[in-house]
Amino acid sequence: MLQINNLHATVGGMPILDGLTLAVKAGEVHAIMGPNGSGKSTLAYVLGGRPGYEVTEGSVTFAGKDLLAHEPHERAALGLFLGFQYPVEIPGVSNVQFLREALNAQRKARGEEPLSGGDFLKLAREKAGLLRFDMEMLKRPVNVGFSGGEKKRAEMVQMGILDPAFAVLDETDSGLDIDALRIVGEGINSIMRKPDKGVLLITHYQRLLDYVVPDVVHVLVKGRIVRSGGPELAHQLESEGYEAVAA
Amino acid sequence: MNALALPTSRDEEWRYADFAALATLAPERFGEWKEIELAPGEVRRKCLVLDGSEPELHRVRLTVGEGARAELFAVNAGSDYTRLEVEVRLAKGAHFQFGGVTIGGGDATREFVTRTVHAEPEATSHQVVRAVHWGTATGNFLGRIDVARGAQQTDAAQDFKGLLLERGASANAKPELEIFADDVKCAHGAAIGQMDEMAGYYMAARGIPPETARNLLVRAFIADAFKALEDEAEQEKLLAAALDALGDAV
Repeated sequence: MLQINNLHATVGGMPILDGLTLAVKAGEVHAIMGPNGSGKSTLAYVLGGRPGYEVTEGSVTFAGKDLLAHEPHERAALGLFLGFQYPVEIPGVSNVQFLREALNAQRKARGEEPLSGGDFLKLAREKAGLLRFDMEMLKRPVNVGFSGGEKKRAEMVQMGILDPAFAVLDETDSGLDIDALRIVGEGINSIMRKPDKGVLLITHYQRLLDYVVPDVVHVLVKGRIVRSGGPELAHQLESEGYEAVAA
Repeated sequence: MNALALPTSRDEEWRYADFAALATLAPERFGEWKEIELAPGEVRRKCLVLDGSEPELHRVRLTVGEGARAELFAVNAGSDYTRLEVEVRLAKGAHFQFGGVTIGGGDATREFVTRTVHAEPEATSHQVVRAVHWGTATGNFLGRIDVARGAQQTDAAQDFKGLLLERGASANAKPELEIFADDVKCAHGAAIGQMDEMAGYYMAARGIPPETARNLLVRAFIADAFKALEDEAEQEKLLAAALDALGDAV
């Protein structure tokens, strides 16, 4: 479903990704763990097409298409969702307005009819309920005044509404308390744990992986995958540290 | 200044004007003021869209009677020099509400110039101006507030924000306060910035194309200017007129 081949990328001229290769099949959840500065967030942004993140070599194929040849908004319409480590505040634009524009722009790009206001609200209510997210908060401007945990849960509500084929979740677990972590974990499972979907979960800690059990765990060090294994690898990392495991 | 003395850049309230454009106007235009008087207790609202293609000068003198309320909302999107100048005299307990948006590209200067005289006690005024420009265009807001001797409990506020979409565009804010009373509130704020690129990228990451994202962000930015306009249909009309001007932006 997602095939990353020998990916090299720079940020502000600095090489960060150094020959990263990775393949996620439909129905799989992969976790990427790694020390600070290993390139985890860079990988997420490169996949999401953020300006300033330049691919110098390699390729990314998503659902049979050359992902890197598409603009960020086109990637979303192809079914790629990027969960932000630091969700962005947009004063003056409500979540409802934002998400309805987003969903209908994606539908339009796929040649589907737009969703009516009523149908959209019904969908939003359902997904907000799934994440135990107050519907009233969706009427407020995007992420403005939300706590760290609320922003992360709002991201998952967005994911639920947009219903992507593939999600790259960049440290979705950071800033969450124990209860919120469980709710978000269950949310990811119910939205994305499907035979035709895939997830790339970027995380520092094993905690989230107790709820969203990965099929494969990769260790990213200095811009490339140095080791891959099953869920037990995450436990080993947690107890022994990156240096011991990656050596 | 008598009616026929043409303004120069030494006149404070003409400081940022486009004198080449002004020179194309007939001299008598400078002496023309539209006089409007509001009776005590009267409420009157005017919504304006200025989107001509020739240099334009609009001068309005508002006399607002005791307890009356004057509301003026304007989109200034002319494709050549366009100036709306308003002089307001507020009697006791009167209110002046002004919401303005200058928006446009090219090399035109678009400006609002207000002079609000709180002549008597307890009058209030609230002015919100937003400027959105690109190309080498300029947007100006010159807002002068005079609080007369004895005009206690005046409450006057001015708020200006500029959004420049391209290097080369500019915005000028010139608040000016002259206060001769001691129990008054006069607030003013001005800020000029650029489009929030991260917000644009966040929208793109959710599937919103760049042009739609820009429209949403600009709409959110200018909306404050018309927030005090209670008629939602009118509000929508002004926002649409402003966003229409955005059509030819980069």
